Amino acid sequence: MAKASWDKEARQGLTLISPPFIYALLVLAAPILTILTYSFLTDGYLTVVRDFTWDNYIYAWTDPIVRMVMLRSLAVSALVTLVTVALAFPVAYYVSFMVRPERKSMWLFLITIPFWTSYLIRVFLWKVILGYNGVINSSLTGLGIIDEPLTFILYNVNSIVLTLAHAYAPFAILPIFIALEKIDRSLLEAGRDLGESKAMTFWRVTLPLAMPGVIAATMIVFIPTIGDYVTPELIGGGKIPMIANLIQVQMLALDDRPKGSALAVSAMLIVAVVCLIFLFLNRRFLKVRQ
Amino acid sequence: MSDNRYDRLEAAKPMIECREVHKYYGDYHALRGIDLTIRAGEFFSLLGPSGCGKTTLLRTIAGFEDIDSGVVLIDGKHMEDVPANKRPTNMVFQSYAIFPHLTVAENVAFGLRRDPRTKAEKAQLVEEALAMVGLKGYGARAAHALSGGQRQRVALARALILKPKVLLLDEPLSALDRKMREQMQVELIKLQRQVGITFVLVTHDQEEALVMSDRIAVMFEGQIAQLDGPEALYARPATRRVANFIGVMNFLPANVVSETDGVVTVEVPGLGMVELPEKQISRANPDDDGPTIGFRPETMTIVPANQTHTQPRETNATIDEVVYYGDMTYYDLRLEGAEGPNGQKARPVRISMRNVFGRDVPEVGTRVRVAWSPGSLVLFR
Amino acid sequence: MSKRRFEGSGLRIYTVLYLLFLYAPIILLPLFAFNSGTIIAFPLEGFTMKWFDLMIGNATLRQALFNSLTIAVSASILATCLGIFAARASTRFEFPGKAGIMGFIMLPMVLPEIIVAMSLLVVLLGMGVQLSILTVIVGHTLMCMPYAIAVLSTAFGTLDKSLEEAAYDLGETKWSAFRLVTLPLVMPGIISSLLISFTISLDEFIIAFFLAGNQPTLPTYIFSQLRFPKAIPMIMALGTVLVALSIILLALGEYFRRRGNARIGAKPTGGFL
Repeated sequence: MAKASWDKEARQGLTLISPPFIYALLVLAAPILTILTYSFLTDGYLTVVRDFTWDNYIYAWTDPIVRMVMLRSLAVSALVTLVTVALAFPVAYYVSFMVRPERKSMWLFLITIPFWTSYLIRVFLWKVILGYNGVINSSLTGLGIIDEPLTFILYNVNSIVLTLAHAYAPFAILPIFIALEKIDRSLLEAGRDLGESKAMTFWRVTLPLAMPGVIAATMIVFIPTIGDYVTPELIGGGKIPMIANLIQVQMLALDDRPKGSALAVSAMLIVAVVCLIFLFLNRRFLKVRQ
Repeated sequence: MSDNRYDRLEAAKPMIECREVHKYYGDYHALRGIDLTIRAGEFFSLLGPSGCGKTTLLRTIAGFEDIDSGVVLIDGKHMEDVPANKRPTNMVFQSYAIFPHLTVAENVAFGLRRDPRTKAEKAQLVEEALAMVGLKGYGARAAHALSGGQRQRVALARALILKPKVLLLDEPLSALDRKMREQMQVELIKLQRQVGITFVLVTHDQEEALVMSDRIAVMFEGQIAQLDGPEALYARPATRRVANFIGVMNFLPANVVSETDGVVTVEVPGLGMVELPEKQISRANPDDDGPTIGFRPETMTIVPANQTHTQPRETNATIDEVVYYGDMTYYDLRLEGAEGPNGQKARPVRISMRNVFGRDVPEVGTRVRVAWSPGSLVLFR
Repeated sequence: MSKRRFEGSGLRIYTVLYLLFLYAPIILLPLFAFNSGTIIAFPLEGFTMKWFDLMIGNATLRQALFNSLTIAVSASILATCLGIFAARASTRFEFPGKAGIMGFIMLPMVLPEIIVAMSLLVVLLGMGVQLSILTVIVGHTLMCMPYAIAVLSTAFGTLDKSLEEAAYDLGETKWSAFRLVTLPLVMPGIISSLLISFTISLDEFIIAFFLAGNQPTLPTYIFSQLRFPKAIPMIMALGTVLVALSIILLALGEYFRRRGNARIGAKPTGGFL
């Protein structure tokens, strides 16, 4: 009796949420549970045998090639995240602090437009820019600065990092911008008023308060880049696979679903662990939100 | 507010009756046995601090909240299975809830959608309703372009056009600035007299409740602490808590000396022996620390040095603090004879006096005579 | 004052350079699309429209476009409908497990796409489901749903709860109150949600690549053509058209959002997220 009014609201809420929830259960939870199961089974020819085994995980965690690709994926994502967030912060800061309020949405619009254009074509165009006969090389040779086209800018990790940093730029700018917008401007004046220099006020007031946005940006960039499939395929020329490419090869080209599943589950675990470590290290800043 | 109105309301039929109404939010007991009768044509206020359950009670009457036990009747009919959209009540929301995508006229006509009348008749009704709230000619305006006061008027017109038996007002004036609020208080009273509908107002502003209401229910923690007319509520608060919530009251410890035929004789340090008839005694204070005498600041006055008695009793006091308010001055006084048993200073009492042009305001430290009347005291025991 | 000016201008130059970096690929697109040379390199040779003619005459491309549009329209409508349920539930009701359920539904936003695609593929193949644009729609609806919910939650969240109560109080039913008051007020949010879902689905590659079977979509077709140097000028032309369309769609979305805001008197705010 005492809980009647609350139960009614809870019932209505649960009824409303059930269509999207059931959809996510069927299309997301069920498949992920399936690959989790597969990852403990044995591969047979063109089929999966129902024998429990740890072999797939032993493969995923000891095979030197897998380990190299995993480490490369982590390194590339970390580098991309660092570059993207570091490049994005000043832009977010400029738009939030220097642009007049009525023009802010125009700047955000300008920043987001490239993001809405075909991802594939954008990635490919970096190949055009960086390629052997690409924009940079042909311009430099045309101007007589170099005789031979530069080769170190394509088909290597640098070009992958550059392309991904470009692809995820708005994802980094927007959360930082939102965090900066939330900062009460009088706090900065208080910082100055209490005798700090401009730079120290930035360091002691602005930056800590912007941290939740920086952390959000970091996660938003890091998670999808570690699973990126297209860029290594197009820019890396297929010679520098990352974990997503490896999963695809195991699953489809080699048709070894249990090994592919173990790779996918391991990748998810790594992402989750990295995120948790990051959240743990930054829990001091995240408290700022409330 | 003539005696005529008071008598008429006294005789009017009950419009809203709440019997033993209980309401829980999870484990939180929001309404704890509300018993209440609001009469037809009355301007009734639910007054209390935030979280006391006054808004919950209003929303219960409106039908937005289900109750866990008890009965709500409106105009003699059980409301248990009547949803909000079928109840003879309409509401003015705290935020006014003016539909921003509609014009003023469309807002006012919103509730007429299912009305069988013709378009022209409806337009006529809308015009009348707008004229009634002083917004004649505003019909074509966009609702979002209105000021706070205008929004409130639209909300009133929108609710009154349906001729409800009860109009429910949820803190309707809290979003307005002081001047506007005072103006709207007067207009609301006039409007209520004009349409004759029962108004139930929720407010946390005691002044507002005193100004506007025929009767007021003061609520604390989901219960009604006192239900009375404004004068009775102010002069004879039922508990010290009610007394503190409505205006300012001074409290002095009292010793009961004798009690005969309902007349209680008390000895009050600083005031002396006082006889109090039954009507000046509030007996609903069991948990307080002993019998207490209470009086309002304006019932005690400083007697100018060259004058004699203005009121039956006089006491000597020293001025401890003077706070000048323009039209009024507040004085904190230490009454002589109210010192503690070990010679501690008397706890100051606060009195207020209207400033008279040409008369000096006494300074701190001055010894003065103060006059008061036993008839303005209340005994809490 | 002048020092502040200087700081501002330094940042401004940096931001403009950054924008140049963001736009560099897009600026190149039309250059090569109208360039008569068959190799994508400088110097440019001459003006031509033949890549556009080639594009229009390409039957596979037409099929891919048709497939992509079918997928994007279906997925955006489905995601928005599901999103309306979730947004209303999360902004108006408290229920046990709310944070967990909402977090789970929003998960595709942060999950690597390859994992969603692969696990879905494994299940579909295991169940013997024929891969087609239908399976892509299923996947895209899942991917678009969190974005739809994010946009719609803002729209529902800023709505004063008492508006709907007022309509109910004035004699409307729960449903007609929703239809007459809530729906028109969240309409800008619904349109934004449709547009964003449509754009995401139209551009989505990985799920389409693995779940479409032998049906082409625009991104998978583009991907397949990027291997052939001869096909690239036409792809540049296609990219130019797509970029132009995206900008028009976005500008339209922004226009509707502002008009919606102006109509209800809300202050112009933020933008897309």
